[in-house]
Amino acid sequence: MQRVYGRPKGLTEAEFAYCAGCFHSVAHRMIAEVMEELDIIERTIGVCPVGCAVFMYEYMACDMIEAAHGRAPAVATGVKRVLPDRIVFSYQGDGDLASIGTAEIIHAAARGENITVVFINNTTYGMTGGQMAPTTLVGQKSTTCPNGRDPKFAGYPLRICELLATLDGPSYIERVAPTNPAGFNKAKRAIKKAFQKQLEGRGFALVEILSNCPTQWKMSPIESLKWVEEHMTKTFPPGVFVDR
Amino acid sequence: MANRRLMKGNIAICYGAVAAKCDAFFGYPITPQNEIPEKMSELMPLHGRVFLQAESEVAAINMVYGAAAAGKRAMTTSSSPGISLKMEGLSYIAACELPCVVVNVQRGGPGLGNTLPGQADYFQAVKGGGHGDYRLLTLAPWSVQECYEFMPWAFDLADRYRNPVMVLMDAIVGQMLEPVELHDNFEIREYAKPWATNGALGRPRNVINSLWIDSAVMEDLNNRLQAKYAEASRREVRFFEYQVDDAELVLVAYGSTGRICRTVVNMAREEGLPVGLLRPISLYPFPAERINALARRGSRFLVVEMSAGQMVEDVRLAVNGTSDVFFHGRTGGSVPTPVEILDRVRAVFGGSSITSARARSKEVS
Repeated sequence: MQRVYGRPKGLTEAEFAYCAGCFHSVAHRMIAEVMEELDIIERTIGVCPVGCAVFMYEYMACDMIEAAHGRAPAVATGVKRVLPDRIVFSYQGDGDLASIGTAEIIHAAARGENITVVFINNTTYGMTGGQMAPTTLVGQKSTTCPNGRDPKFAGYPLRICELLATLDGPSYIERVAPTNPAGFNKAKRAIKKAFQKQLEGRGFALVEILSNCPTQWKMSPIESLKWVEEHMTKTFPPGVFVDR
Repeated sequence: MANRRLMKGNIAICYGAVAAKCDAFFGYPITPQNEIPEKMSELMPLHGRVFLQAESEVAAINMVYGAAAAGKRAMTTSSSPGISLKMEGLSYIAACELPCVVVNVQRGGPGLGNTLPGQADYFQAVKGGGHGDYRLLTLAPWSVQECYEFMPWAFDLADRYRNPVMVLMDAIVGQMLEPVELHDNFEIREYAKPWATNGALGRPRNVINSLWIDSAVMEDLNNRLQAKYAEASRREVRFFEYQVDDAELVLVAYGSTGRICRTVVNMAREEGLPVGLLRPISLYPFPAERINALARRGSRFLVVEMSAGQMVEDVRLAVNGTSDVFFHGRTGGSVPTPVEILDRVRAVFGGSSITSARARSKEVS
């Protein structure tokens, strides 16, 4: 019998500990598939964040480094500068990349650092219990804005792709919303392209994945997908922002 | 081949780093260490190595973390306020058991302070500085020659112990011009780094990590770190003594303050006062055993620092109540003068005190 679906070589045997329906598992698998397809597993170094994906090093079959909160782009820079023929990626959530690590991501992008960044935006601090994130939508409730994010007190969400697209350094920036099979395929193509840009030496590439958090959003996985489509995409429109 | 040159301590650090086969430098501007990133931006590319000016001190130490994880010799330099920003990264680097070298050209503090000399980052350097139970092996040069020679030593210690090493200077040591022999009599050992995250070709994957949610595993790491520090305390203590053999009073000072105290020893000897100098070279591990032995033979101690009294605590721990420990300190960028220290020396020996009103000093114990 022909095998059409299995565990990609880019993943270890460890079982994902993520919540049911969470996008982290999906995003991990997409990266693993891309590493296998590009045959780069044995020369890739991944840098994982602080947040729900803190245990990513358990799951990826390549060398992995656990970074301090927000510092993954600086750590990835250190690796890439001394090993320019290796493939280096960082994987970061919105708290990690868009709040505490804003300086690191902006300057890695401005330098055109030849790394790949996968940015998981689920509008919340999932691991610490659902606090307000830099990407929490206006009006969205969290444990630190229980009545909904009020821009008078808490400001507005950061649009990272649009922000980084103003810089000359990035070679590729795309935001995707993998809420259905077509969106899933698009997201994987974007991740693959972000790795290919690095292989071609074109410099900084980032893919923002609009993600769900059924647990902190207190929704079923299917409801959460609908919420991504109906609410998140209004503040964070999918699209290609840079491709050069 | 010897090459005698006149240069600043900061510049000698750069030549020492190159001699140590440092692969990568990541830094950020801050006075009084700016000559280091400036010179490194010239030297490192000349030798085909990496120089990168980071967007912050925080980014610089995390770039060091990445380069060290990749198995390369990496360093960063800064001055007091910038070193504070690196403390998070240093805790991670120590916890991940990665080698690296950090140079602190100390300035006056606390806060933004000033760009004048200081030694008030001693606690931060030798007691850990960041969160958790870890230590930095800490070396204190007092001459431009030592700035050059301590860099290969620092990198070797870092690799041998898989631990960050701090070279603790001050604005005087960094800025003063002295002749230096740029010799190449270093034995640069290459350490195998099978743990490095440099691509898993032909081996199982490597992970660099300091997250251990199982308390037993986390405690194992702590025990391993403490065992390393105990070994370093047995093997790596270094100090310099001057006129200590018959000294009834031993001055204890490091870095540029040690230089000043050597002058004080000469002045005191001219007055017939039996005074010597013990200069700790390794601040961590600290020469506690030697100080304890001197205390037990009857010597008393005067600790001199450009701080309100930090190293004096380690001297007191070493003496452990067996002798007197006096302290003289200046702070905020002020440098103690030989005359004011000599005045303290005379007071210890019961002599007249002619400058005590001017010397803002206090006697302890």
